[in-house]
Amino acid sequence: MTSTTENKGGAAVPTLTTDHSRAKADGAHSHGVVPAGSRAERVTSFDLADIPVPTGREEEWRFTPVDRLQPLFAPELGAAGVRTTVVPAPEVRVEIVGRDDERLGTAGKPGDRTAVTAWNAFTEATVVTVPAEAVASDVTSVRVEGISKDATASHLLIRAERFSQAVVVVDHLGDALLDQTVEIVVEEGAHLTVVSVQDWADGAVHASSHRATIARDGRLKHVVVTFGGDVVRITPDATFAGEGAEVEMVGLYFADADQHQEHRLFVDHAQPRCKSRVTYKGALQGVGAHAVWVGDVLIQAHAEGTDTYELNRNLVLTDGARADSVPNLEIETGEIDGAGHASATGRFDDEQLFYLMARGIPEVDARRLVVRGFFAELIDEIGVPAVEERLIASIEAELEKSMSVITGVADAAE
Amino acid sequence: MSTLEIRDLHVSVETKEGPKPILRGVDLTISSGETHAIMGPNGSGKSTLASALAGHPKYEVTSGTVTLDGEDVLEMSVDERARAGIFLAMQYPVEVPGVSVANFLRTAKTAIAGEAPALRTWGKEVKSAMENLRIDPAFAERSVNEGFSGGEKKRHEILQLELFKPTFAILDETDSGLDVDALRIVSEGVNRAKETTDVGVLLITHYTRILRYIKPDFVHVFVDGKVAEEGGPELAERLENEGYDRYVGTGATMA
Repeated sequence: MTSTTENKGGAAVPTLTTDHSRAKADGAHSHGVVPAGSRAERVTSFDLADIPVPTGREEEWRFTPVDRLQPLFAPELGAAGVRTTVVPAPEVRVEIVGRDDERLGTAGKPGDRTAVTAWNAFTEATVVTVPAEAVASDVTSVRVEGISKDATASHLLIRAERFSQAVVVVDHLGDALLDQTVEIVVEEGAHLTVVSVQDWADGAVHASSHRATIARDGRLKHVVVTFGGDVVRITPDATFAGEGAEVEMVGLYFADADQHQEHRLFVDHAQPRCKSRVTYKGALQGVGAHAVWVGDVLIQAHAEGTDTYELNRNLVLTDGARADSVPNLEIETGEIDGAGHASATGRFDDEQLFYLMARGIPEVDARRLVVRGFFAELIDEIGVPAVEERLIASIEAELEKSMSVITGVADAAE
Repeated sequence: MSTLEIRDLHVSVETKEGPKPILRGVDLTISSGETHAIMGPNGSGKSTLASALAGHPKYEVTSGTVTLDGEDVLEMSVDERARAGIFLAMQYPVEVPGVSVANFLRTAKTAIAGEAPALRTWGKEVKSAMENLRIDPAFAERSVNEGFSGGEKKRHEILQLELFKPTFAILDETDSGLDVDALRIVSEGVNRAKETTDVGVLLITHYTRILRYIKPDFVHVFVDGKVAEEGGPELAERLENEGYDRYVGTGATMA
C-alpha cells in the first residue's frame, strides 16, 4: 500500500491513513510502487558509469527537485566547501585517512547518483573509531561547517568495534553544497547511537548517503534531525550482517516555505531474527514547503523471525505545504514475527485549537502545545539529553516563524 | 453577582450547501448561582447555543447580542471568553496527543488566572479534585483525553470546571453516554462547584435523568431554534411524563 497525501492551496485536506500493523503476508506480497522490481534489484555500485545522472522521472528521484541538486551530480567535486572538526570522547579515536584505506567502503555500495559521485570524489576521509569494549564516557561531536558554496564531497566513517558503546553527534551548519557519505559500522554486540543534525543556513544543498551495517547482536540507534537548508536529501540504508541485531531509526524534520526535505530509508533484513523500528515525524509550514518520506523495508527469504515496524506522521500547519509519504514493505518469507507500517498526514486540527482556546489558552500558546505534543514522544526516544534540549529549542524557533505568520494574517484580517 | 444575557440570538452553521440557520431568536438571562436547564429534542439547537457562546468558528452569529455584565461576549475571541469566565464542558472533548493532563491543567489555569498557580497548593488542589471525581492519579501524566473512555472524558471536563472556577458554566450534554455511577459522580462535581463558587450553570440535556441530581431553578424548552416554553423545575417533571411530543408533534420522545 502506498499512501501519498498532498496539500496544495486552501482546499480541505483529507487525513489519510494506512495502517497494516502486524501485517503478515506470503512470499508474493509486496507493497508500494516498485517499478524496478524488488528493492533488492536496484542498482548499487561504486562505479560512476553504472549510475547515470537522473532526469527526475526515476523512482528514487520522482519527488526531488533534481535541478537544485545538479552541482552534486557532477563527477568532479572539491573538498574545500566544508570544514570538519571532531571533538571525541576520551575513549574514541579520530583519524584522517586517504581514500585507499581498506576500512572504507565496507558498509554497502552507493545506491543513487549523489551517493556514487560522493564516493568517487572524496580524497580524504574522517574515521571515528570506538575501540573494542570501550564505553565512551561522553558524546563525540563531529561538526561539519559550510565555509563556501563550492560543490564539495566529504566522507565520514563511524566504527563501533565489538562490544563498544558510544554516542556520535554529527552537526551540519553554515552554507554549503555538500555531497556526503556517512558510513556506519556496528560490530558484534556494539551499541552505537548516531545523530545527524541538519541545521543549515537557508541556501544550503545537502545530499547524504548514510550506509550502515550492523553485525550480530549489534544495536544502532540512528537519528536524523532536519531543520535548515534549501534542499536536504538523506538516504539512510541499514543492512543487517548478523542475527539478533537491531536498528532504531528516528527522524524529525520541520520544513519551512520553499524548503525541500527528503528522507529515504532502506532497511535490509538480510539476516534472520533482527528487529527494526522506524519512526519519522515532520511538521510543515509555508508555501512550497515540501517533505518527502520513503521507507523501504525488505525482508529477505531467509530472514525468518524478522520484526519490523515503520511509521511516518506529518503535521501540516499552514496552506501551501506538501507532504509525500510512501512506506514500502516487501516480504519474501512468511516466517516473520511481525511486519507493519503506518503513514498519516494531517492538517493542524482546528478542533484541538478550539478545545485549548476554550480553556483560556491564547492561540499562539495553543498551537505551540499541539506541535510540541506532536513531537514529544519522538524527542524522548532520542535518549541524548544535549540533543533533546537543542531540538526543543529549534522547534520553538521554528514555531516563532509560523506564529509571526499567524499573527500577521490575523492583523491583516481585522 | 454576574449576569449573562442573551438577546434575540440568531446563529447559522456552516454546511457544504452554505450557511444554515439554527438558532432563530434566543432570549435567556442567567445570574450567578442559578441553574438553568435547556431541554429539547434532537436538532432543536441546544448544542449550537453552547458552541456559539464559546465562540466555535463553525458557528456564525447573524444577529443578536450576548453580554457578560454588560461586556460584549461576541466581540471576544474564544480564549478571551474563557478568561472572562465562561466555561464550556464539551459534549465531545478533543484528544490532544503529547500534552499531559497535568501540563494542560496548569497552562489553562495560568491563562485564566493571569498568573501561574502557587506550586504547592495547586498540586494539592488538583489531587483532591481528582480524588473527588474518582479519577486515577495516573491520568495526570496521560495525554489529554487520549484513550479516555466516554465517562473519563466527561469527568475530566468536570475536573476543569472545579479547578478553573468559571463565572458561568455551560454543560453540553455532559450526561449523555454516562452510566448511573458516572452520572452521580459528575453531578456531585457540578454541585460542589455550585456550592463553593456560586457559578451560574447552563445545563444542556436531552434527558431529565440528570435533573434528579442537579436541581434546576429554571427550565427552558428549545424547539426549532428558540425557547418554546419556560418554567420552574415542574416543567422538567412534565417533560419526563409527556416527552417532547406536544412541541414537535411527530415521534420525538424522551428515552
